[in-house]
Amino acid sequence: MRKVYIFLAVITLASNYVKAQEDLLDILNSEQTEEVNTTLAIFKGARLINGHTIVTRKMGELEFVISHRFGRINTGIDEFFGLDGANVRFSLEYGITDNLTAGIGRNSFEKVYDGFLKYGLLKQSTGEKNMPISLTAFSSMAIRTLKDPDFTEDDFNSKVSYTHQVLIARKFNDKFSFQLAPTYVHRNKVLENQENDIIALGIGGRMKLNTRVSLNAEYYYRLTEELDASYKDSLGVGVEIETGGHVFHLNFTNSRSMVERGFITETDGNFFKGDIHFGFNISRVF
Amino acid sequence: MKTLKLALTIVLLLSAVALQAQDRYLTRTGHIKFFSKAPLEDIEANNNKVLSIVDLSKGEVAVDLLIKAFEFEKKLMQEHFNENYLESDKYPKSTFKGTFSVPEGLKSMTDGVYELDVKGQLNIHGVTNDIETKSTLTVKGGKLSGELKFFVAVKDYKIKIPNVVVKNIAEQVEVTANFEYEPYK
Repeated sequence: MRKVYIFLAVITLASNYVKAQEDLLDILNSEQTEEVNTTLAIFKGARLINGHTIVTRKMGELEFVISHRFGRINTGIDEFFGLDGANVRFSLEYGITDNLTAGIGRNSFEKVYDGFLKYGLLKQSTGEKNMPISLTAFSSMAIRTLKDPDFTEDDFNSKVSYTHQVLIARKFNDKFSFQLAPTYVHRNKVLENQENDIIALGIGGRMKLNTRVSLNAEYYYRLTEELDASYKDSLGVGVEIETGGHVFHLNFTNSRSMVERGFITETDGNFFKGDIHFGFNISRVF
Repeated sequence: MKTLKLALTIVLLLSAVALQAQDRYLTRTGHIKFFSKAPLEDIEANNNKVLSIVDLSKGEVAVDLLIKAFEFEKKLMQEHFNENYLESDKYPKSTFKGTFSVPEGLKSMTDGVYELDVKGQLNIHGVTNDIETKSTLTVKGGKLSGELKFFVAVKDYKIKIPNVVVKNIAEQVEVTANFEYEPYK
């Protein structure tokens, strides 16, 4: 009994002592429950350079994107380093839910209309739920309305192409995010020395220089070989500046088109020979 | 002898319970709102998962919250708030620890409204500053609730606001807190 008594007395006194010593903030710290900590801002914009990122618009948000690609820098002073000619793409992109975005666009190059759907399936997070990557599924359809002189019979069907992508991204630290984009492009009609179906792998990343400026790069490696050797892999580098609801991109790329089929499968410039198009992407979210 | 020991034990245990249970009050669902009034835009954000504890015997209060738990009407604004302004991956929490002198009535939990001068340290964005503010603790039917309002100067906490949005964000942000405390055991 005596032992029990001493034991109880010690416990009681000790617990009193501990309580009295405990800092209130320490108590609160131990009361804090673990939450799902979703990784923020893996990418700032819905585009890396030409291609999409895993970013979807939140429900009810409307994004207006204007993109330009000027002519080639190596055309020299006669074309004012490409600035004399430009093609433009406008698009409206809307968040139907926090994960589902739908968009429509018009690119002046080859007079292409395009529409896409994007669905965020996985979100990178730590804490209560640990998810190493973010994953977004992307599908688009593009309709060329400019007549192609190479085709004798150029009906509606032959003007249509489809692109499907699985966008997989991870933010490794607060400075660096990386994205892989396995891509499948189907073109309804192509020339004999081309393939209807092209498989490509997109690789890209974003390196933050400070809280608002980052360096972006993107490369689409075509895995399907074609007899037609005039096309190159699309490569782009750019600076991204973000202020409030705006995202500005200053891009340098060997691709002329801003539609998936165009830049992934029909890029004809050689980046390292100076076939570089300077361009902007300007985005505003409402 | 046996009875005496038992009595002593009971007295000890009771005193322990009395010391621990009666003087500390905690909430896990405290509400903090901040409001920024600027020429171009009014911005409001709410956090309903604020932790707070008061110790009425010592006159101490503490608040602990997660920056990411602030909810904005515009999700993009929420992202900017966390990513560019508060850098919540680097500084996930904001804390406050303060002291006040306890009026007699509050000590005994007598019904009433008690105006208090709270002095303490506020930590936001990794920066700690001393602040002084008026606060109210209310006792009603054995329930304790707290109310607090103060202004935070954004630049005191090294939160940079770029010139482009200087007309969108107030230099002084109004912070309002409401806590409904429960006895803490």
